[in-house]
Amino acid sequence: MTVNTSETNQPILQIKALTKYFGGLAAVKTFDMTLERGGLTGLIGPNGAGKTTVFNMITGLYTPSGGDIVFQNESVVGLEPFEITRQGIGRTFQNIRLFSNLTVLDNVRIAYHAHAGYGLLDGIIYNRKFQAKEKELTERAQDFLAIFKLENLQNEIAKNLPYGQQRRVEIARALACDPRLLLLDEPAAGMNPHEIQELMDLIHFIRSRFDLTILLIEHQMRVVMGICEKISVMDFGEVIARGTPKEIQDNPKVIEAYLGKGAANAA
Amino acid sequence: MELGYLLISIAKILGILAFIYGLLWVLGRPKLWMKIIGGLVAFGVVQALLSTQILNEFDRGLLFQACAMSMVCLGLNLIYGFNGQFSLGQWGFYGIGAYTAADITFRWTNGDSRGLVVVGLGVILEALVIYGINQFLKRYRGMPVLSAFTLYLIGTVVVWAGAVLIGNLLNPAISPALGTSDKLGPLAVGVPLEVVFFLAVILAAAFAAEVSFLFGLPVLTLGSDYFGIATLGFTIVVNTLLVNTDTILPFPEMRGGRGMLGIPQLTNWFWAFFFLLFVIIVMRNLLQSSSGRAMLSVREDETAAKAMGIDIANNKLMAFVIGSFFAGIGGGVYAHYIGFLSPATFTFLAGFNPLIIVVFGGLGSMTGTIAASFGWIFFLEGLLRVILDSIGTEAANWRFVLYPVALLILMLVRPQGLLGTVEWGFLKAKKVLVRAQPEPASSVAVNQSTGD
Repeated sequence: MTVNTSETNQPILQIKALTKYFGGLAAVKTFDMTLERGGLTGLIGPNGAGKTTVFNMITGLYTPSGGDIVFQNESVVGLEPFEITRQGIGRTFQNIRLFSNLTVLDNVRIAYHAHAGYGLLDGIIYNRKFQAKEKELTERAQDFLAIFKLENLQNEIAKNLPYGQQRRVEIARALACDPRLLLLDEPAAGMNPHEIQELMDLIHFIRSRFDLTILLIEHQMRVVMGICEKISVMDFGEVIARGTPKEIQDNPKVIEAYLGKGAANAA
Repeated sequence: MELGYLLISIAKILGILAFIYGLLWVLGRPKLWMKIIGGLVAFGVVQALLSTQILNEFDRGLLFQACAMSMVCLGLNLIYGFNGQFSLGQWGFYGIGAYTAADITFRWTNGDSRGLVVVGLGVILEALVIYGINQFLKRYRGMPVLSAFTLYLIGTVVVWAGAVLIGNLLNPAISPALGTSDKLGPLAVGVPLEVVFFLAVILAAAFAAEVSFLFGLPVLTLGSDYFGIATLGFTIVVNTLLVNTDTILPFPEMRGGRGMLGIPQLTNWFWAFFFLLFVIIVMRNLLQSSSGRAMLSVREDETAAKAMGIDIANNKLMAFVIGSFFAGIGGGVYAHYIGFLSPATFTFLAGFNPLIIVVFGGLGSMTGTIAASFGWIFFLEGLLRVILDSIGTEAANWRFVLYPVALLILMLVRPQGLLGTVEWGFLKAKKVLVRAQPEPASSVAVNQSTGD
């Protein structure tokens, strides 16, 4: 496989022989992946192939049964999820997980918590440091929402937003953690064609604006084939193919995984 | 049943609600001097009503109980309403706070300095030990929580053994200066009892907070429901210990199940108001800071909070400790109002009262909690009891039929509680206004990317 590499760039993420067992069931088996800095990679596969499990292991929600995940030359296996986020891996969720009873602005401000610059006591005694930092933090969050054209919705309760906007807020919130690597778990799920087009524009935009590496899981082939540079295909916890969108489209193993045995010949 | 009495009682309840609203309104004024003057006026109005006997002894008692209950319930709302951890342990911390504060002042007035010295020393050293061990543990990643807990426990035992030892050594030197309750020594005259009372309440609250730290550390790793059961167990353990203070615990002055007598009645309107205001301001500032928002995020969605870089174990522990601190303050205020403590007050059944108040007032609403606490005490213990007593001797027990029915109806009509998450005046978060001009550069950037 890989890569349009420039020799100077270290890969941002290296996954080696990653394995996860749930009881006796291998959800992910010896999964390998290397992400180059600034790349946009897709991870696809039929339902239950283990894609989200890989995401959950990268972000620390699951502990791998074996293998290693190296992010920016440091292993992140065994770190708490919040530490991994602070190292620079942000993510969104398959089923949107906003803080649904809080405002859009608060959703983003929560993402700034680790960089708030003041402690618990500063807040309780309400000193100048707190007031200054809090103001700065709020303005930063507002700037951030403006980038995503959400500034007029800042005081809306998150759960009252339409689906597409919620997805936008979730991506904005993940980016507010200032990640170097962004994991998007089925960002286009449940969207209509118009919203999907907007989403694809958004992904292109954030990638250039925030200097990101993006890994996304997606079922909508239109999205994957439209924006990804590299694609890995998983089935039954293993990678069955890697390559450019064109290579993947013609790969008989992939067609077999999606449509069943014999379909490749028929196609 | 005279109609006049009924009307006056209802007027009192409405008056109190108006008072709370007015207080929160005036504290919410932008200028500091307005807040201070407003606070003083609020204090003065009630003080004047108490001095002129318009609010009689009975109302006075209800008022102090309501203040104590507000603090306990605010603490619980922080843990359950804002942080989402279902806790039944609040009543236990209330009991710990009450007994600890009472013991300090009781011993002091009876010529025994050990209460203040041992608890004071123990609390401060324990805080240092917790801080030290916490810093030490940061170097060792991935230590199981029970191992960490064991370390803290060893530190705690050492600290308190040391504190008791020092207290016993110093006592012969200090005690003569205190004198006895009949004949006061120079120290007892020199240090006003009010100061000892203040220290007692703060130390008792800090003690309750430290106990909650040790208890919460392993238990908060459980999921919310299991945490609720564990805290219920905690309240039962505390109650059992209180029943046996003179047998398994070495505190004969607490007199076990017979109840502790002779606690100096030091709570007056000034202290009740002061501590209530303290709790309200601390909690409000906390909730409007970044840590407070992090607490809300843990309630909303733990997984997402983790993914936002929030240390949820730490965050939950923080909310639990601060909530217990408030309960401890409430306990100290209550003990010095009532002058008599019985373990029967701190049974786990009574421990459901704060929970009911918090749910009634609205999970996640400080205003609702304060209003519901005052309403609860004044309506249930005040008005309703008097009305029912006039009907028949046993009729007062109908209260416990009437309020569950009221609760049931409320849950059907308004499941989010009376006020939901609405806040008044001071407690309301300042609305961040939408700025007039969106950043021009970025919107261009979006347009460009759309053109790709």
